Amino acid sequence: MTPTEKDALREFGENLKAAPRRLLETAFRTGPPTTDRSRSTFVFGNVFLHLHAVRTHRWSLKWTTTMGLGIMSVSAFLIALVTGVMLMFYYKPYPEAAYQSIKDIHFVVPTGRLIRNLHRWSANLMVIAVILHMARTFYTAAYRKPREYNWLMGIGLLVVTLGLSFTGYLLPWDQLAYWAITIGANIAQSPREITDALGITDYFDPGGFQRLLLLGSDVVGAEALIRFYLLHVMILPLALAALMGVHFWRIRKDGGMVRPMDADGQLTSDPREETLPVFTEAPAKTYQLAAIVRGRTANVGRGPENTVPSMPHLFYAELGVMMVTLLVCLALSLVSDAPLKELANPNVPENPAKAPWYFLGLQEMVAFSAFMGGIGIPSVVLIGLALIPYLDRETDGTGRWFGGPGGWPLVRLSLVLGLAAPILIESFVIRFGWLREWFPSVPQLVITLLNPGTLLTAFYAFYSIWCIRRYGSTRAGALALFTCFLCGFLVLTVVGTYFRGPNWVFYWSPSEWPKH
Amino acid sequence: MTTQAKAPRSRLDPDPVPRRDWLGLSSLWAMSGALVFGLLGLLKLPKAAVLASPSKKFKVTLPEALPVGEAFVPPGRAVAIYRDSDGIYAVSTICTHLGCVVKPNAEGFECPCHGSRFASNGDVTKGPAPRALPWLKVSAGGGAVTVDEGVVVPQGTKVA
Repeated sequence: MTPTEKDALREFGENLKAAPRRLLETAFRTGPPTTDRSRSTFVFGNVFLHLHAVRTHRWSLKWTTTMGLGIMSVSAFLIALVTGVMLMFYYKPYPEAAYQSIKDIHFVVPTGRLIRNLHRWSANLMVIAVILHMARTFYTAAYRKPREYNWLMGIGLLVVTLGLSFTGYLLPWDQLAYWAITIGANIAQSPREITDALGITDYFDPGGFQRLLLLGSDVVGAEALIRFYLLHVMILPLALAALMGVHFWRIRKDGGMVRPMDADGQLTSDPREETLPVFTEAPAKTYQLAAIVRGRTANVGRGPENTVPSMPHLFYAELGVMMVTLLVCLALSLVSDAPLKELANPNVPENPAKAPWYFLGLQEMVAFSAFMGGIGIPSVVLIGLALIPYLDRETDGTGRWFGGPGGWPLVRLSLVLGLAAPILIESFVIRFGWLREWFPSVPQLVITLLNPGTLLTAFYAFYSIWCIRRYGSTRAGALALFTCFLCGFLVLTVVGTYFRGPNWVFYWSPSEWPKH
Repeated sequence: MTTQAKAPRSRLDPDPVPRRDWLGLSSLWAMSGALVFGLLGLLKLPKAAVLASPSKKFKVTLPEALPVGEAFVPPGRAVAIYRDSDGIYAVSTICTHLGCVVKPNAEGFECPCHGSRFASNGDVTKGPAPRALPWLKVSAGGGAVTVDEGVVVPQGTKVA
């Protein structure tokens, strides 16, 4: 062998030996995150992490700032995504075959039951987390400038999340699913309540069109199932992913988590080296400047005090929330199985036919008027939510829990009124009935406009307007209205879930339901 | 007409649309128009020309002994058929509220989903249902009756 051949071989051997180390180096180009600089590059050199700023304000890391609810929603979504893809291996979107395949997943497929349970529990947890996340954002007034648009993205995410849950509900094709979707599709058709009353359904029928669009047929059948399947596994997840991308990106562009003007003053001084001004280190570029994004006050010359590197502080916190979410889902999945009733039977409705729990408040309202309860009031609520950041242009209380004029005492009063009003009106209706029982020939339009649901909404609206006048502040009105609607949602959901039995009759407990 | 040397224009002070830009813009608009037009056509996609629904017309033989006021519900159909001295009539048992199947009883019908009640002629007596249960077209002949769920007839129409 000539010397050059020997050298080449030796070099080959060394390269081979170094390959794993070099692979790591090329994947994580900036080395272990041990210095301020490498911690910064760790964040913005990584496509998944660079949605975060390289440094995080200590206020954002306080437990009470966010309670981790946003990350919890994402974690639940990720669990649902992974388990959902696994379920798709066995699920067949065709009537009867669908039911059998869910049965197979539940009883035959190894770990199938756990995966199905995880999917169901993570979906439920996601709905809860998203609603709580919205409440947190509202009560800390985090929707205010410059975060108005991100609040809208959040509302979009709420709608898509509920849509995903609803479309997933049909897929097992059991009695519960079939009749919940029959009711849902007829809610889509409920504008007919108005057009029928006006006698124009033959010429203008948006309700019938919506139902046809959803079901692809006159009845809930194979066409409806494939449409719901397509929505559930493709269209809505893509919409959710797109909205999530914008949502996360805007968090950073809007200056990170909301915090009060005097946040720095409120934080006790932390002697940790990481929070000290960081302009002193060797690297010529101060990457930390990337952390300063559109703050309310000029940060020029002050340095990013009170911030800590996102790696590890923020990421470890997020990882912790993700692990807790997974743990909760796993624990629930191990103790409680996803339900599966008997095969769907289009001739005999499930009695009572109940939608998923988070729609039972709506179902309670559609039991007064299909259009108002299913479309009218939800639309008003969504539009109202979307308008909040554009109507409340105040600055008082931003970043503080229950911040703003009125504050916690106002929220407390709204809690009492918001809970009492639906309980009273429900008790009245359960005891005395409503217009149709008193005057059987009353025109439907009157009931559509004047029913317990619309009266409750009107009461909340007037109370909120009174609060705007009383405190001279839109924020006070928003605090009142939002609290009231959370209470109304809670009361109606509880009534629908626990106190409604066969024929939607009120029962104190399911043990009183008539046997048949 | 004398030509004058034009003052140099800044980019912030645009020309009237030059020919080249006009061509570009007009083709852009033409393309957008074509796309919108095509999409409008595609809007028909979710609505099949023939719906995959079961036939709404069916033939059934009533039992010989059907007491007056008692409903006969053909298996697999959401229709209640009655016979009295005036003739035969059929009432739809699909709730006008949210489409559950109502159950005939002594007083009329009751809906399991949201508690609507109907009188025996289909009129709403209680609950959220916005309209009376529709009466359906019945034609009798040759010992069997034919019911067409697609055709609604006025309340009180009976076929001898």
